[in-house]
Amino acid sequence: MTTTPRPPEVLRAPLVVEFPFTRSLGPVQSAFLSGLRDRTVLGVRTTAGEVLVPPVEYDPVTADELRDLVEVGTTGTVTTWAWNPEPRRGQPLDTPFAWVLVKLDGADTALLHALDTTGPDAVRTGQRVRVRWAEERTGAITDIACFEPDDSTPGQDRPAPHTGEFENPVTGIVAAARLDYTYGPGKAQSRYINALAEHRTVGERCPSCHKVYVPPRGACPTCGVATTDQVEVGPAGTVTTYCIVNVKAKNLDIELPYVYAHIALDGADLALHGRIAGIPYDQVRMGLRVEPVWTEGGRYPDHYRPTGEPDADYDTYKELI
Amino acid sequence: MRPPIRDIAVVAFGQTDHRRTTDEQSEVEMLMPVLHQVLDATGLRTSDIGFTCSGSSDYLAGRAFSFTMALDGVGAWPPISESHVEMDGAWALYEAWTKLLTGEADTALVYAYGKSSPGSVRDVLTRQLDPYYVAPLWPDSVALAALQARALIDAGDTDEPALAGVAARSRRSAESNPHAQLRGGDVPHGDYIVHPLRTGDCPPIGDGAAAVILAAGDRARELCERPAWIRGVDHRIEAHSLGVRDLTDSPSARLAAENAGAFERPVDTAELHAPFTSQEVVLRKALRLGDDVRVNPSGGALAANPVMAAGLIRIGEAAARIHRGESRRALAHATSGPCLQQNLVAVLEDSAQETR
Ligand SMILES: [Zn+2]
Repeated sequence: MTTTPRPPEVLRAPLVVEFPFTRSLGPVQSAFLSGLRDRTVLGVRTTAGEVLVPPVEYDPVTADELRDLVEVGTTGTVTTWAWNPEPRRGQPLDTPFAWVLVKLDGADTALLHALDTTGPDAVRTGQRVRVRWAEERTGAITDIACFEPDDSTPGQDRPAPHTGEFENPVTGIVAAARLDYTYGPGKAQSRYINALAEHRTVGERCPSCHKVYVPPRGACPTCGVATTDQVEVGPAGTVTTYCIVNVKAKNLDIELPYVYAHIALDGADLALHGRIAGIPYDQVRMGLRVEPVWTEGGRYPDHYRPTGEPDADYDTYKELI
Repeated sequence: MRPPIRDIAVVAFGQTDHRRTTDEQSEVEMLMPVLHQVLDATGLRTSDIGFTCSGSSDYLAGRAFSFTMALDGVGAWPPISESHVEMDGAWALYEAWTKLLTGEADTALVYAYGKSSPGSVRDVLTRQLDPYYVAPLWPDSVALAALQARALIDAGDTDEPALAGVAARSRRSAESNPHAQLRGGDVPHGDYIVHPLRTGDCPPIGDGAAAVILAAGDRARELCERPAWIRGVDHRIEAHSLGVRDLTDSPSARLAAENAGAFERPVDTAELHAPFTSQEVVLRKALRLGDDVRVNPSGGALAANPVMAAGLIRIGEAAARIHRGESRRALAHATSGPCLQQNLVAVLEDSAQETR
C-alpha cells in the first residue's frame, strides 16, 4: 500500500559522546608530566641547542630523536594572549581569564595555558607570569592550574641538565573527552520512526529501480537517487539469517542467550534487524515467520515473535539474505 | 615546478545554501541535491564516474564511520572505486586529482559535507589538538585564532579596524553569493568573543555541502565549455605545537603555493579559506597577494563556513569564476587545524598547458 508523504515532523534527541582515551607516554612526555606532578618543568634540547617547552620526542625541524632533558624556570614571559570572557566547560578556570603562550625562563618556545588576572587591560605581551600549581597533581598538563602575574625580572638562569628520572614516573594519561550533540535523524528516518510509534513499519521506494528500503535513509544506494514513495510493509516477515548472542551488553536487560536476526518484512527489499523472542533460542531458523511486538507505550518494536505460520520457502527470501 | 603529467580540470561545482541549521535533513539528504547538481551539469550518471572521494568528520557528526551513511547518495552498489578523507573536501580533491594523474580514471566526483548545528563546533575542534599538552585544556577554535590575531597586532601587521574591514568587505562580496549564510555590509561587528576577535571576525556556524567533478583531457572539454584546468596542487603542514610556530606567518601555505606553481605568473583571483579575519592577513602575506588580486569574491569563509566543505568550496568558487569567464588564473586555498596549521593551494587556469 502506498501513502502520500506527510509533512516531516522533525525529531531530535540528545546524544552524548564520551570517551576516556587511555594514552601511554614516551620517555620525554613521561618525564615532563612526572615533573609537573613534582612541581618541576622540563624541556628538551634540540640538536641546534634550542630548548623546547613543552618537550617533544622528535625535533620538529630535523626529526632528530630528542632525549636531552633540561629543567627550566617556573616564571616566564607572555608571547601572545587572548582574553576569554566566557570560559567553557573543561577550560582551566571557570572565571574570565586570558589564554596565554608563555616562554618560561630558559625555554626558547612557548607553552599554552591560562592566566588568571582581572581583565584584558591587565594583560600584555611581554608580561611576566609564574606557574600556579594545582593542589592535587596527577601527572597531567592540568597540574599547572594556571599562570598568575609575577613581578620578577626575566630570569638569566640557564636551563639545568636533568636526568628526567622521578620516583613512580607517570607512564600514561587518561584523556577524557565529552561532546554533546542534539541529533536529528533527517526526513526519511523521522518518517520511519514516527510510523513505528503508530505500530506501522514504513519503507521508501526508489523511483528508479522500485526497491523498497526498510529502514529508509532517503537514498537508493544502487541508483544514487532520493527514495520517494512511502510504502507500508509487514507487519509479518521472514527470518533470513540470525545469530545467537552469548555476551551481555552493558545496560541491556535481556536474558542470555538470545537471538538477533535479519528479518525481511513482507513487501520490503531489504532485511532489517531485530531480536527474536517467544521461542527457545535454539529453535530459531532461517525461514521462520515472525511479527513485531510492541511493549506498552513503546515507540518501536521490542522484539519479533513467531506468527505460527509455516516457514517461508527458501526461494522467497534468498535474494534478501 | 614541472607541469602536471596530464591535463585535469574542474568541470562542475555545486553547493548547498549554507544555513545555521538543517535539522530536518540527514547528511545524505543535505548532500543529494548537490550531487545531482554537478551530475546534471555534466550529463554524467553516478555509474559513469571513475573515482569518488569525500571529506567529512566523525567528530562533527558525533558518529563513527559517519561517511558511510552518505555513500547511499552516490550509488555505491554495485561496487564503485571510492575513498574518504577525514578532512576538508579540498584534501579529497587532492586525492582525486592524483588518482586522475595516474591515468586510472578519467572522471572523479569529489564531495564534502558538514553539519555544525547538532554540536558545539568550538568544542568539537578541540579534539583535533595534541591530546597530551593541549586538548586537556579545551582551548576552543576562537581562542586559538585570537592568540594568532594578537600576535599579528603586536607585530604591527594589522589592527582591529583593519580586521573589521576584512569582515565588511567579505560580507559585502557575499551579497552576490546566493548560497552565503551571512551577507551585506550591515552585519554588526559585535562584541568580543575572545579578545581581540569580535563576532564579526569569526565565521558563522552552519551546515552545508559541496561537490565538484574533475575530468581529464578531452573528457573535460566534452563535459564543460570552459574547464578550469588545474595547474598544480600541493599541501603542507607545520609543527602541531603553537609555541614552536611563528603565528604571524604561514610558511606551509607559501611552500604549498610555490609547489603548486602559484608564483610563476600573477593570479587575478584568490579564494582563501580564512575562517577568521586575521588569517586573511597572514595568507595575503604568505601567498604574496597584491591589492590587484580579487580576494574572496564569494565572501569566503566569513560568509559561510560549513566545516569540512569550506575548503573544497574555495576551489569550486575559483573554478566557477573560470567557467564563467570572470577569471583567467585563480588561486584556491584550504586550511585545516588551529591557526592555519595545514594548508593546501591549488592553481586553476582557463586554458590547458598544450594550448598556451
Ligand atoms: Zn534504486
